[in-house]
Amino acid sequence: MTTTPEVIAAPARRRLTIRGRRWRPDRAGAPIVLALVVIGGSLVFGDSFASAQNFGNIALDSSYLLLIAIGMTFVIISGGIDLSVGSLLALAGVLTAYGARWGSVAAIVLPLLVCAAFGLVNGLLIARARIAPFIVTLAALLFARGLAFAVADEGNTVYIIPADLTLTRLGQARWLGLHAPVWLALLAFGVGVLVLNRTRFGQAVFAVGDNQEAAELMGLPVARVRLLVYVASAVLAGIAGVLVAAQTQSGLPTIGEGRELEAIAAVVIGGTLLSGGAGSLSGTLAGVLLLKVIQNLINQVGTLTAYYQQVVSGIFLIVVVLIQSRLARRRLR
Amino acid sequence: MTTPAIDVRSVSKQFAGVRALDGVSLELNSGEVHALVGENGAGKSTLIKLITGVYRPDAGEVRYLGEPVAFARPRDAQAAGISTIYQEVNLVPLRSVASNLFLGREPTNRLGLIDYRRMHRAARETLSRYGISVDVRRPLGELGLGVQQMIAVARALSTEARVVIMDEPTSSLEPREVDLLAGVVDTLRRERVAVLYVTHKLDEVFRFCERVTVLRDGRRAHTGPVAGTTRLRLVATMLGRDIDDVREHGATTFTDEHRSVAGEPTLRAVGLSRRPYLDDVTVDVHAGEVVGLAGLLGSGRTETAKAMFGADPVDSGSVSVDGRTRRRWSPAAAIRNGVGMIPEDRKAEGVIAELSVRDNIVLAALPRLTTAGFLSDRRQADLVDTFVKRLRIKVASTDQKVRELSGGNQQKVLLARMLCLHPKVLILDEPTRGVDVGAKAEIQSLIDELAEQGLGVVLISSELEEVVEGADRVLVLRDGAVVATLRGDDVSEERVMRAIAVASDEAAAEPSTTDAPAPEDPHA
Amino acid sequence: MLDTLRRRRNRADVLRFLQVGGVYVATALILAFNLLFTPNFATLANLRLQLVQVAPVAIVAIGMALVIATEGIDLSVGSTMAISAALLPLYIGYGVWPAIAVALLAGVAVGAVNGSLVAFAGMQPIIATLGVLVAGRGLALVFANGRLTELFDPTLDSLGNDSVLGVPISVLLVLAVAVIAGVVVRRAAFGRQLLAVGGNRAAASLAGLPVKRTLVAVYVVSGVLAAAAGVLSTARQGASDPSFVGLLIELSAITAVVVGGTPLSGGRVRILGTLTGALLMQLITATVIQQNLPDSTARMIQAAIIVAAVYVQRGRSRA
Repeated sequence: MTTTPEVIAAPARRRLTIRGRRWRPDRAGAPIVLALVVIGGSLVFGDSFASAQNFGNIALDSSYLLLIAIGMTFVIISGGIDLSVGSLLALAGVLTAYGARWGSVAAIVLPLLVCAAFGLVNGLLIARARIAPFIVTLAALLFARGLAFAVADEGNTVYIIPADLTLTRLGQARWLGLHAPVWLALLAFGVGVLVLNRTRFGQAVFAVGDNQEAAELMGLPVARVRLLVYVASAVLAGIAGVLVAAQTQSGLPTIGEGRELEAIAAVVIGGTLLSGGAGSLSGTLAGVLLLKVIQNLINQVGTLTAYYQQVVSGIFLIVVVLIQSRLARRRLR
Repeated sequence: MTTPAIDVRSVSKQFAGVRALDGVSLELNSGEVHALVGENGAGKSTLIKLITGVYRPDAGEVRYLGEPVAFARPRDAQAAGISTIYQEVNLVPLRSVASNLFLGREPTNRLGLIDYRRMHRAARETLSRYGISVDVRRPLGELGLGVQQMIAVARALSTEARVVIMDEPTSSLEPREVDLLAGVVDTLRRERVAVLYVTHKLDEVFRFCERVTVLRDGRRAHTGPVAGTTRLRLVATMLGRDIDDVREHGATTFTDEHRSVAGEPTLRAVGLSRRPYLDDVTVDVHAGEVVGLAGLLGSGRTETAKAMFGADPVDSGSVSVDGRTRRRWSPAAAIRNGVGMIPEDRKAEGVIAELSVRDNIVLAALPRLTTAGFLSDRRQADLVDTFVKRLRIKVASTDQKVRELSGGNQQKVLLARMLCLHPKVLILDEPTRGVDVGAKAEIQSLIDELAEQGLGVVLISSELEEVVEGADRVLVLRDGAVVATLRGDDVSEERVMRAIAVASDEAAAEPSTTDAPAPEDPHA
Repeated sequence: MLDTLRRRRNRADVLRFLQVGGVYVATALILAFNLLFTPNFATLANLRLQLVQVAPVAIVAIGMALVIATEGIDLSVGSTMAISAALLPLYIGYGVWPAIAVALLAGVAVGAVNGSLVAFAGMQPIIATLGVLVAGRGLALVFANGRLTELFDPTLDSLGNDSVLGVPISVLLVLAVAVIAGVVVRRAAFGRQLLAVGGNRAAASLAGLPVKRTLVAVYVVSGVLAAAAGVLSTARQGASDPSFVGLLIELSAITAVVVGGTPLSGGRVRILGTLTGALLMQLITATVIQQNLPDSTARMIQAAIIVAAVYVQRGRSRA
């Protein structure tokens, strides 16, 4: 028998390993900055920042964004984008309040079903009719917002959720000091991590965003994957909307404006490539927290108005993405 | 007679008025390695895509194991047992090697979650059977093209396939890896798998295959046992020319003489280096000379061309035209100094599909056609008409969108774009790829004509005979470095292939870490 | 088989007609509907009103069309409008024209930032202009201290509300911008460069085109036009309102561009189509109001039209 000649590829450079798992310096950007900012903030502002109360507020604020950002992460990794989540949040909130008259179950099921339907339509138009995700979800943004206003009688009616409903009590509950939305967001995060990293579906999401034609040729169910991520994104936005409604005990069609852009920012800051194919939920978590902590810190300063907060947020987003892309470019070379 | 594994019956396929296949039939039997050959644009890729479900035939049918099939998508063909290894590595570069091997079939534990430890172990085992030893957790894109191609082979064969289609499988493989592939093909034959081996390297036809089918211009020109034909006869059939004519004049329309040109070079690219693609490459081009760059896919030919044209930055090295070195080199600067380039991938980097033929041709000449920011319609029209005539570009009108043209005519549009600038040096990267036989001959004659008129040409082609017959001098590249320069009578296919092989044998004698280029900069 | 080919060709012809002419057909239909069913629609006053209301969106949409033609997007146009609106009262003390000049310069500056981020830093346009959207609106509010400021200037007022020969000045402005844009796209080298960069950036680069310069320029144009729209909007209202001016206008602009037949994938521009698209969206809103339908209906109809418009375009690229 002839000896098979060996083909050996150059051994990998020694990388940083933490507990045996690879640690990518560029992806670790957001957690590092987050740590620095939190430490810095605690030093500068002391108790007004670094208190359990304040951290609790930040956590609550972040939970809604995290829910939306989890869905957005899946969508962006698959190579798409979802602009409709802010409007879906509002629509879900209005439907929750609207459905509260029939009890807690209806109040939860109605908005989630409707959001799932939106996600399905989005997914079908994108995956089967092959229309650009930007356009489809832009249209969904308009449609959902219109629908929210229509249900709320053009904003003239504000449906109130009674305080004694199970939904309200659950939504406003606190366990171990953390609000219910925080727990739910963490649960969604855990499930999301599992699905993204440990299931075939998750691997397919990465592959589709990486090289869709190759994924098709490799036999992956590309259309189905692309469709499902939009359903997931819409449902998660719906859950966030239900939670907001439960917390505020009302359904306002005007909320959620700009949340999709915030979610995109969080995802990108967290290291997920906008072009698709690479990313992580832990990065998104760091991105969400970073955005919210920065907002909180700016408030701490007090003398700066909310307007400066916006300026800083905008500049911050740009700077982080610039650093992100610089690091990623170094790595690919 | 046993039923063929694949029975293609008189299929036809048309794209936007271009007839890619016209009544083609082919029989592929189990345990047989069947070669499919033909020039660029002859219809080989289309035929494969018809069999694997990427396209549906306009007429005719495909039978698999005796039953007519019409796969809706590639996934269905794969599930049915038809596995394809494509010429481009159709894998996902950001994912790990192990992921790529198992995508869609990852091993799971009892909970339905992916078991990475098992997957990595299985990946290592599979690859070791192919003699590949690599960290399976690395992103695929960090490895060399040859290894990637072997991994694609490993993936394609990891399913229980009854039919394996290999499309130009050795285009990025080193000679050592080609031997590996030979072993794989042997195994497949023994296991009674039907293999369709598509290639334009005729040596491989005689080395691996029992039967051969020749396609030309979308039709079947010949089919029969390999033993009953010769290389020369195959070439003649592929080109549709008389066998004596081919014997005498060669396979291309290049004239046979190899000029040797003296004097100062018009273009000097010295010491071009760019980790990890280029390693100290020096290329001289004289007026009237055709310099060929030969080498495997991934050897640095396109990178050299782009560096010479200023399209890619270099870590070190310089380019000078007519003796004057340019400080800041870019495509715009190159064009201003009389250097033009036709890129390798005309779809991605060459033609602007939505614009008209006219707009595409004048694109690079815009600065010369503008007064006060506005374009002169008349000067545009004159220029375009001159070159459409000269290059015999077949268009209904110059307002036609360029994507409606055939591959050959699109290539001519790109040529016109550069020629209307009256360049001194023209870099041509795969000028006849995806071009039908007729246009190919025209382009080859044109190159000869231009060289005769004093244009310096750099010719890159993965068809060895094109480089060998067209170039006066050939530089052989390997792993981004020039390993041999051939002149005059030394310019022959055997010499080129030997130069590639010798270099790799030498490298094999050394420790292997110098083999694949280190993909990361240790100074990062 | 000849039958299917014939049928396929007819379908292709119909599709092509819809893609190019769809927006005009839709606009004609809605005009007809209104002429028949809406009282007081065909009055000069009403027509003038519609045109004046759509003027700022139309101007912004033209800039957006040019950016989209380079395969980019400019989400910051609303914030640019706000910045220009905020600067007007601050500089009006120097005279109305210097104030307008400052406002327009601010548009240039914002555009330069956008363009540089996209061209030199290689950022994705959606992220770059998103950051500028957020920061820009904040900046405008900082300039204005979050307040609405009333402006009493006769020139400004006439700019926003007067007419010349019966045609409102703002509408004349729109026409002027449209004509210039159309001429540039068709006859100027810059227009060719723009289309090439959007059609195939790599090819444009290899043909020696000044890709980076073109990109920066197109975002600057978008910024200037947005600033002009901000001036116009302020002039009409007689007040500078940086919290609300231009809010969500990027959506309207993108909608007008897409419905008007300019593909998001770049390489082609339809100026007339963009104008008509803006008009169509405006008419939908107006129809909804005048038919006493709820406002939300307008949004839903617009959403449906966007999808239909792009769906029809989609078919062409596949043909």
